[in-house]
Amino acid sequence: MDTREKDIEKLKDYKYGFTTDIENIKAPKGLNEEVIKFISNIKKEPKWMLDFRLKAYERLKLLKEPNWQKPKYPKIDYQDLYYYSAPKSMKDKPKSLDELDPKLLETYKKLGIPLQEQARLNGIAVDAVFDSVSVATTFKGELTKHGIIFCSMSEAIQKHPDLVKKYLGTVIPVTDHFFATLNSAVFTDGSFVYIPEGVKCPMELSTYFRINASETGQFERTLIIADKGSYVSYLEGCTAPMRDENQLHAANVELIALDDAEIKYSTVQNWYPGDENGKGGIYNFVTKRGLCKGKNSKISWTQVETGSAITWKYPSCILKGDNSIGEFYSIAITNNHQKADTGTKMIHLGKNTKSKIISKGISAGFSDMTYRGLVDINSKAKNSSNYTQCDSLLMGNKCGAHTVPYIKNKNFDSNIAHEATTSKISEEQLHYCQQRGLNPEEAVGLIVNGFCKEVLQQLPMEFAVEAQKLVGISLEGSVG
Amino acid sequence: MSEQLQSDFYKLVKTSKFSNEEIQFKKNFLNNFIKKGFPNRKQEDWKFLDISQIIKKNISNLSYFNDYSQSNKIDPSIFVDGLEHNKIIFINGRIEKIDFNFEDQNKIEITDETKKDISFDYENSLIDLNCAFTDKVFKILIKKNYSLKKPLIIYHSINDEIKSTNINLRLDFELGENSCLKLIDYFVNNTTKNFINIFYNFNLEKDSILKNYKIDKFINNNLKYSFNNIEQDNNSVSETFILSAGSDYFKNEINCNLNGEYSSAFINGIFSLKENQQHEIRTTINHLVENTKSYQLIKSVLGKNSKSAYQGRIFVNSKAQKTDGYQLSKAILLDETSEFNAKPELEIYADDVKCSHGSASGSLDENSIFYLMSRGLNYQQSKELLINGFLMDVVEKITDEEIKNLITNIIGLKQ
Repeated sequence: MDTREKDIEKLKDYKYGFTTDIENIKAPKGLNEEVIKFISNIKKEPKWMLDFRLKAYERLKLLKEPNWQKPKYPKIDYQDLYYYSAPKSMKDKPKSLDELDPKLLETYKKLGIPLQEQARLNGIAVDAVFDSVSVATTFKGELTKHGIIFCSMSEAIQKHPDLVKKYLGTVIPVTDHFFATLNSAVFTDGSFVYIPEGVKCPMELSTYFRINASETGQFERTLIIADKGSYVSYLEGCTAPMRDENQLHAANVELIALDDAEIKYSTVQNWYPGDENGKGGIYNFVTKRGLCKGKNSKISWTQVETGSAITWKYPSCILKGDNSIGEFYSIAITNNHQKADTGTKMIHLGKNTKSKIISKGISAGFSDMTYRGLVDINSKAKNSSNYTQCDSLLMGNKCGAHTVPYIKNKNFDSNIAHEATTSKISEEQLHYCQQRGLNPEEAVGLIVNGFCKEVLQQLPMEFAVEAQKLVGISLEGSVG
Repeated sequence: MSEQLQSDFYKLVKTSKFSNEEIQFKKNFLNNFIKKGFPNRKQEDWKFLDISQIIKKNISNLSYFNDYSQSNKIDPSIFVDGLEHNKIIFINGRIEKIDFNFEDQNKIEITDETKKDISFDYENSLIDLNCAFTDKVFKILIKKNYSLKKPLIIYHSINDEIKSTNINLRLDFELGENSCLKLIDYFVNNTTKNFINIFYNFNLEKDSILKNYKIDKFINNNLKYSFNNIEQDNNSVSETFILSAGSDYFKNEINCNLNGEYSSAFINGIFSLKENQQHEIRTTINHLVENTKSYQLIKSVLGKNSKSAYQGRIFVNSKAQKTDGYQLSKAILLDETSEFNAKPELEIYADDVKCSHGSASGSLDENSIFYLMSRGLNYQQSKELLINGFLMDVVEKITDEEIKNLITNIIGLKQ
């Protein structure tokens, strides 16, 4: 058995959280109708939600796990996983920062994350240190004033069933690919956002401020709806490294922008990438899709992917409304034995639709980075245009950088331009920086940040500074 | 399909003089093909144009048997004028004539063999089909230090005498040290609705030069597939030019292994497609050692209902430092119904490399047309001038002056 398989084996034995204070019920192991009914029941879901899950499960039975991706992984036994785990109880959580991995603490220090936040990120019983509840409630008050709904998915299903019913599964149907369908069948929780007509959301929404967000969950489901003329900027994840016991993460994120609405979705993903020898780490198989449903709508994805053993995701835009715009900005960094196969899909259906893709891939160590993207301009998408730029940077000759763009132009009024380059950091640049007193690691950090600048600029202010540091930290040990 | 294949194979064996061993050898390929069937869109390499569907739609009575024991009449009217050349003439899949009149006969060696194995790994079932149904495989060896004085033109011709709807042919070329071969593939097909499957194997030794020009210009309803495998040693150069314009379906596939240092490969292609044509070029360049170079330029002009696809792959091994790889594809879509697909792929495992690719597609630039019209050309003339310039760019890349002129004339471009 190779090491990774052993690791999965270990995880299977890890029976955390099934005897907690909140839920004293154990979910049976495996995937079947009973388990799905169990999840639905425990969350007190209405019948239509259960039907949605069961429909997805029926479909799942017919689907096969895809295997066209570049990073291969040992086969996952889906019958040997737990699909429902109640949140950890207070007594299972670490009592203080001293109990944490010193390596983790070191990274926090480098990122400049305050102590209170560090505690919060690790789910330490924080009440004494940091009154998170009060912070969250202040935000809630402000949001309610504008009529914005920002709550957990389970809450939305109870309180706003009409909205959920209307939009859930419209962008990622239950009949989608394997992992998306699996998520539809067994998702546990996630975020729900609704921005009413004409409202510009006054602050950056972040999972961080949602009270129950400390547990990211294995099968997260997020739904964001921006009604006519509204605007929202949503942040997912944070720059601090996240440890999580679940190996497989198959989340679904659906965005819907109606007429003149704009959604900006930013992700910083820094999950456990496994150790230097590629042992362990999280599989991040996420389906993210945005639908520009209305005229003049805009969806913009920004991602900084530095964590996970395997990152396999393509945040996409379906540009259905006329004059709609899709954007994708990405930085993906892989080090040690990490693997990433990421990119985007831009599907142009409406007239005068525009899309822009900027992807920066950096691979170091023994890692493998693939940009895979699709630009498809439909025959009805008159006068559309796309611009794609994907650059890769290689550090050392043990790693790989690959670019696999698919370009389909079926409309003669439309233009597609694509360019890609692959190179290494030039000796001259390094020399120049070192001559001015930077050590090699700092020099690489500086150059890489310059390489990523176009994407870092797209991040909201709060994130940008930390993300910049993160880029440097992720490449530690890859120089020299 | 399987029954037809079996019985046609039996007929082939009966009319040939194959030994038992040779029959068994061919039968393995036949069984492979029966097992795999024609490639379809589920396979990544056939994603854009699904050959199994295209064959099904166009050829209802697919049969494979050609009687290689019967010779065919050569029609001299097919020959290219105005260029002295050596000839190899294929008629209905059978080699009718090999003529190296302009060359020193001692410097060229022609051998044939039936049991000719494939030296590389492949999944492509069309190679199996090819190996099962080809006649003897001719191998042309150009000896050390010899450059052919005149180009060699291979005529691919089919006449009404053909009994089947599928032709398979194969040639092997070996270019000795410091030798040079200019090779033109010239397609003249009088019949319609045949599937032609061509497989060339080139072995380029040190310092040798191969120039291969494929000219498919005359409108015909045949479906064609051509596969070139090129192995290159130190300092060798291969240049491939593809004019893809005549057939209903034409897929050119080139697999080039740069095994020797300082070897280089150049691939230039033109798609000039009209009504209902579907053409594809797929290239794989494997940079396996240090200091190798590849350059690819593909341009398409797409008319009504036509579809072109370009899949280009540059692979750089971790040993292949200092690789220089470049790839550019451009397309002009002339009609609402035309379609362009591209998949320019980079797979890189070495850090000290310079690799880039670009792809652009769209309609003719209205500003340029306006510019030309303001200088007295009419709309049609302006359009033609722009397309002329667009394609001339590729033709200019041809390094042989004589052949460049020939091809310019064949396409009907103005210099």
